[in-house]
Amino acid sequence: MIPMLNQEKHEFLKNKAREIRMEIVSMVHRANSGHVGGSLGAADILTALYYHVMKHNPKNPEWEERDRFILSKGHCTPVIYAVLADCGYFPKEDLLEFRRPGSHLQGHPYQPKTPGIDACTGTLGIGISTGVGMALGAKLKKQDHYYYILCGDGEIQEGQVWEAAMFANKYKLDNVIGFVDRNYLQTDGYSEKVMPLDPLIPKWESFGWKVFEIDGHDFETIITTIEEAKKEDRPVMIIANTIKGKGVPFMEGKAEWHGKPPGKEDFEKAILELE
Amino acid sequence: MEYKQTRQGYADALIELGKKNEKVLVLDADVAKATLTEQFEAVFPDRFFNCGVQEQNMLSAAAGLALEGFIPFASTFGVFATCRAGDQMRSSIAYPKLNVKIGVTHCGITTGGDGASHQSNEDIGMARTLPNMTVIVPGDYEESRLATHAAANMNGPVYLRFGRDKYPVVPEIHKGFEIGKAKLLRQGSDVTIITTGIMVSEGLQAADLLHKKGYSTRVLHMHTIKPLDESAIIQAAKQTKGIVTAEEHSILAGLGEAVAGVVSENHPCPVHRVGVMDTFGESGQSQELMDLYGLRAKNIVEKAIKILT
Repeated sequence: MIPMLNQEKHEFLKNKAREIRMEIVSMVHRANSGHVGGSLGAADILTALYYHVMKHNPKNPEWEERDRFILSKGHCTPVIYAVLADCGYFPKEDLLEFRRPGSHLQGHPYQPKTPGIDACTGTLGIGISTGVGMALGAKLKKQDHYYYILCGDGEIQEGQVWEAAMFANKYKLDNVIGFVDRNYLQTDGYSEKVMPLDPLIPKWESFGWKVFEIDGHDFETIITTIEEAKKEDRPVMIIANTIKGKGVPFMEGKAEWHGKPPGKEDFEKAILELE
Repeated sequence: MEYKQTRQGYADALIELGKKNEKVLVLDADVAKATLTEQFEAVFPDRFFNCGVQEQNMLSAAAGLALEGFIPFASTFGVFATCRAGDQMRSSIAYPKLNVKIGVTHCGITTGGDGASHQSNEDIGMARTLPNMTVIVPGDYEESRLATHAAANMNGPVYLRFGRDKYPVVPEIHKGFEIGKAKLLRQGSDVTIITTGIMVSEGLQAADLLHKKGYSTRVLHMHTIKPLDESAIIQAAKQTKGIVTAEEHSILAGLGEAVAGVVSENHPCPVHRVGVMDTFGESGQSQELMDLYGLRAKNIVEKAIKILT
């Protein structure tokens, strides 16, 4: 198979994801609040989407035909804010005010205020539901852009996720490309201990979705899989195996870094690892 | 007296709106036969979406449709919208202030035979405590129709509350519907009755009974619980000796407490609440439940006499 990405583009994405990760760690450290582990883990997926896959225009966030991205795992705002600021949706200085009173950068995404945020999320399950509703709206308007929806693996324990899954199947929403950020870790620990989710592939398949399972840190795989997904005539779920805390070795695979902000020492150590 | 369903007013208005504006969509959660939205489906099958028994997804998906520029009317029973899908009402609709209309039926004790599980006596409280949410409780068929049109004409989330039964037609409330503006149905100087929803007819009967006893009774019909017509309430507090509120809802967190809050901060006077006490309902005929749970003109009169004597 011919690679989708040339060496130069691959290096660009790799470097971009590294910058995004540095911004994530800085943002959460500064605010002394926020979700660092899941944000680091999803950084490669968002980098692939915003810097290669998605049709979007930071100068015109309301552009009707843009692809939409919905952060259904709404707690991982550091990664989307870092990406949107870097793309130019709003000034990077705004990131200094993350989780501060008066800032548009709320702890969880607030669509009316933040340019580039396509839907309010935060309580788990509502993002994918809102996303399938939007996708139905696009179908009614005969538009052909895509809805990329990122769910956490813990999130899909919510019943509403499966309601949305049924709805997308009923209305044949082939403009929905979802991801399950499969890192096996949630707030209280190992997902299979908290509330078992495996086997995930037959679950989604039995709800009528086409399912792919990939390495969620491999740009080439992420991008080629999305191209395959676009050929489907039904909704697609990509199970993206990721490592929570990816890129900062002492945070990798540790549930404790779900919602804990890094203190000064850990922050400096993390930045050294990323540089 | 003529009796008509308030939910039929909703269903009729939806079809009228559907003819005028192709952005109007209707969603339901497997109760289209009961909410009467199946009538919309019959006329506009391509703009009707049955979400099955999933109220949570229905409300969030309606938010998604609003983000795409549509005017979705999401329909189910009151208890399911507020209690089952309360988070979706709050986080998907109210917080981003999206243009979703939540049209609910089978509210209050007159839901009848289904019993407490289906009798929503708490939903006004849940809806009115959500920032950005407009809450309308129409009094009869025609006011339900007018309220549905008014909701479609404003931009933002609206909670529209209807019942299951047939309720008295009250010609006094068929003119000049304006969201947030109470209707003064009787001028009076001794005591004020403030009604919402189907209690309007009981309120008017109570005023007649009080009139016979020689008391000049004001009747204000508060079809909009939020935004509340505070100036009409303050005027009533200043110009009469006290207020009796009447709602087919818990006395907690509904009209009565909303009125009491305004009165106590602006011009304290006695406020007595007629409504369902802090208790669950039970199965029964709607009319006998109105008697059993104290939602009659005579209950309003009793409270008014307390203020006046």
